[in-house]
Amino acid sequence: MVDFPLLTTLTFLPLIGALLIIFGISGKPEDVSNNARHMALFTSLFALAFGLFLYMRFDPEIADFQFVEQTGWFRQLGIEYHMGVDGISVFFVLLAVLLTPICILASWNSIKTRVREYMACFLILETLMIGTFCALDTVLFYVFFEAVLIPMFIIIGVWGGPRRVYSAYKFFLYTLLGSVLMLLALLVLYVQTGSTNMITLMENPVARDLQFMLWLAFFASFAVKMPMWPVHTWLPDAHVEAPTAGSVILAGVLLKMGGYGFLRFSIPMLPEATEFFTPMVFWLSIIAIIYTSLVALVQEDMKKLIAYSSVAHMGFVTLGLFTLNQQGVEGGIYQMLSHGLISAALFLCVGVVYDRLHTREISRYGGIVKNMPRYATVFMILMLGSVGLPGTSGFVGEFLALLGAYRADTVVAVFATTGMVLGATYMLMLYRRVVFGPQNNDDAAKMKDLDIYEKLTLVPLVVLVIWLGVFPTTITKAISPSVERLIVQYENALTLAKENAAALEGAPKQEEGITP
Amino acid sequence: MTDFNLTPLLPELFLAFSALGLLLVGVAGGNRTTDIICWAGVVSLVLTAFLLFGISWERQTVLNNMFVIDQFAGFMKLIVLIGLIVSMSLSVKYLYQEQMARIEYPILIMMAGVGMMLMISAHNMLTLYMALELQSLSLYVLAAFRRNSYKSAEAGTKYFILGALSSGMILFGISLIYGFTGSVDFTVIQSVLKDVEMAPIGLTFGLVFLLAGLGFKISAVPFHMWTPDVYQGAPTSVTAFFAIVPKIAAFALLIRVLFEPFGLMIAEWSQIMVVLCVGSMAVGAFAALAQNNIKRLLAYSSIGNMGYALIGVIAGNAVGVSAVIVYLFIYMFMTAGVFGILLCMRRGNIAVEKVSDFAGLSYTNPALAYSMAILMFSMSGIPPLAGFFGKLLIFQSAIEAHYYALAVFGVVTSVVASYYYLRIIKVMFFDDPLDAIDKDIPFARRAVICISIIFVLGFIIKPNLLIASAKSATTSLLLPPKTPVVMIKSLEEDGN
Repeated sequence: MVDFPLLTTLTFLPLIGALLIIFGISGKPEDVSNNARHMALFTSLFALAFGLFLYMRFDPEIADFQFVEQTGWFRQLGIEYHMGVDGISVFFVLLAVLLTPICILASWNSIKTRVREYMACFLILETLMIGTFCALDTVLFYVFFEAVLIPMFIIIGVWGGPRRVYSAYKFFLYTLLGSVLMLLALLVLYVQTGSTNMITLMENPVARDLQFMLWLAFFASFAVKMPMWPVHTWLPDAHVEAPTAGSVILAGVLLKMGGYGFLRFSIPMLPEATEFFTPMVFWLSIIAIIYTSLVALVQEDMKKLIAYSSVAHMGFVTLGLFTLNQQGVEGGIYQMLSHGLISAALFLCVGVVYDRLHTREISRYGGIVKNMPRYATVFMILMLGSVGLPGTSGFVGEFLALLGAYRADTVVAVFATTGMVLGATYMLMLYRRVVFGPQNNDDAAKMKDLDIYEKLTLVPLVVLVIWLGVFPTTITKAISPSVERLIVQYENALTLAKENAAALEGAPKQEEGITP
Repeated sequence: MTDFNLTPLLPELFLAFSALGLLLVGVAGGNRTTDIICWAGVVSLVLTAFLLFGISWERQTVLNNMFVIDQFAGFMKLIVLIGLIVSMSLSVKYLYQEQMARIEYPILIMMAGVGMMLMISAHNMLTLYMALELQSLSLYVLAAFRRNSYKSAEAGTKYFILGALSSGMILFGISLIYGFTGSVDFTVIQSVLKDVEMAPIGLTFGLVFLLAGLGFKISAVPFHMWTPDVYQGAPTSVTAFFAIVPKIAAFALLIRVLFEPFGLMIAEWSQIMVVLCVGSMAVGAFAALAQNNIKRLLAYSSIGNMGYALIGVIAGNAVGVSAVIVYLFIYMFMTAGVFGILLCMRRGNIAVEKVSDFAGLSYTNPALAYSMAILMFSMSGIPPLAGFFGKLLIFQSAIEAHYYALAVFGVVTSVVASYYYLRIIKVMFFDDPLDAIDKDIPFARRAVICISIIFVLGFIIKPNLLIASAKSATTSLLLPPKTPVVMIKSLEEDGN
């Protein structure tokens, strides 16, 4: 397909918007802020429209990559500018273009200082997120993946809460340490195979001895990003201190980069190591699900509670992805998308009350169903979605992931299911303490219901959560072919490796060693 | 004395003569003419660069094998000349602001430049030593240039004493090398090594002394002690010069010495280099964490960066050397930008150089703050900025040569180092603003900062330009036939 470079346009559209905001606006400070807001909103809406157009052109029947663009970049080294989406990545791109305008709307009134920089940061972040999910060259992927740290560091550090500096550092250094190990792994892959093309690398796994070290290096990066227990500790801090929109984008999209990385790198490129490490991932996921749910139970801070619940939900994702059967992997992906919507919306809900009372302490609220009935309704739907009530998108994801887990390992699945019960406990407790009960605090009782901006941000997410709960095939039909291809590739690689190993048994020892 | 073809030396000769000519002009005109001489110096540096383009870069040696010109030398000289032009233009205004405008300043920089260009072309231990001394002596004087300042004098003295010690070590090393090979000529040393099965122990000793001396010049740990004090004590424009240029020349010299005469002793020298490299990366990362003076911080940062560049040398292959060239080139541009910004940091016409003086710069001077932030992110190796690609190439060469542990150590220290780069960003963006810094920023500084930022941001778009030239520069070096790591490996496999 040599036609209009759709993906490149979509990726760099927000960047152009950001440049216009930085260099193209002048005038009085209030005008600049106002223009920056509008400009950012229009750019991101335009990107959203473009993303939807891309989705309409996307053929769900094809498992392969579509809209592929490929040109030379580092010609000397054979590193290419290579973009493309398949059924797995296209939805992450959509998630990114959907959440950015919502973030911008959510910050419309709550961000008052340095609006121009703030909006530019979000648009740059959008470019990088889309780029991460579209890149089909390992170095290009790394560039996008890692560059996300810059705007996010600034968003947390400049517009964050009181402990923002500590959190920004923690976020940056934690993630960077994981990522540089992945960089080395990518370089090893490159030196061993001479290719940075992700499709080639997925089709030709490297030698077995090498896979284990590489897998651990990738794991270091993706597990931190995900985040998995025990490297999740940066997440609650980052969430608590980040501005509302920062939390939304962090929970909504950035965490998904970890899961996406597992799908693109660990599983297809290193199948034998994946098989070897699967039990470890299972147990880490279960610890994440149960332990962080218990931690969430005792949180007094709303954002922290939701942050810990994110870690637990991500536990279901890793569990699903590493079952390596159709239901499990689809469930993992579905759970990521659904969590992207639900947790984003939940953070927005926290933002709504935080903007009014400037506290996130659960005990400062109570009984707000009386003065904020619409808010209570929206919050309830989202809370139930997070719990995994049938009819919401949360149910589909967790159900599929658990189904896959039962097929893979019953014990693991039993433990994971208890996590769902705990999840219901802390979410219902949060909801009861905030929304129901006596109105002990006067200021909380006087809060106004949702305003127009808040409705605009929350309603689309609520609609999507229900829509995806009722009609999951809307997206599973596009995900399935790609997942099927992934699993077939994975299993073929494993059988091939076993055959080779069996053939080597008979052959003399000296033939072992690293293949060039 | 048959070989008296001076054509390949034209750029050096021109630069030396224009330095002497300008010295005469300066003596006649007095210190009032400093700015004229500075700009005339810049012009003659530009002309030197043109001359350099004019001569052939085909590999040839002249003056009885004392002097070599090849693509590697040509390219490195070009980088050095760019660095000289940048640091000279950054200095002019500063000399007047600090009331130290004296005509010796541009002359010394140009003489140091001659020394560096000769270093790059050295093809004989004597040329090497003479060139190194010409460069070093100019640098000692520059460090102490603000002679009425306690700190500057201290920096100059310290630099001179330690520098003299290292020169002594180099001389001692050269005499050992001469004793065991019977020559100071690079080609002869190389051919002697080809014939012996194992290098004599005395020669190894000589090499160790030589490398210790060169390690001092590139401020690799454990020979780095002078760097923080000299960086802090010297006038900022001199510090900028120290940070931008001499290390590139020293690296070019190091690469030539290691790969041409001692290319076959790679098993010996790579061990020494690993120690220098690991030490530099560690000290560069950890010692900088506690620094409050930005010049001192940048001194440690440069130590760390030299450690990364050494990884490419240790890799011992063409990929590694071209990675070093690219890395140094990128590093030079970033450092030039950083020092351009640092020179602008003046309050009430007094230079400030504490990290805390940057507080809230993003409120008072956003353009400068954003430039600094971009450079700091680039220094810590975050994509899509140029600094990342330098590190990428370096680590790639390490992995290609199977130095996995070194690569892992490198990335981990780079994460530690990113902490103090982030600290500067944090101070500028997250802290409450202090008084605004002086508004008038001279044109040269603006230009340098702009070019540096454009380079750092734009490198990703056309990376090939630099990488391809670095690669072709490496091909002219006479690299050792095979990297020893592979050789050792294959030996072990044979043994099994």
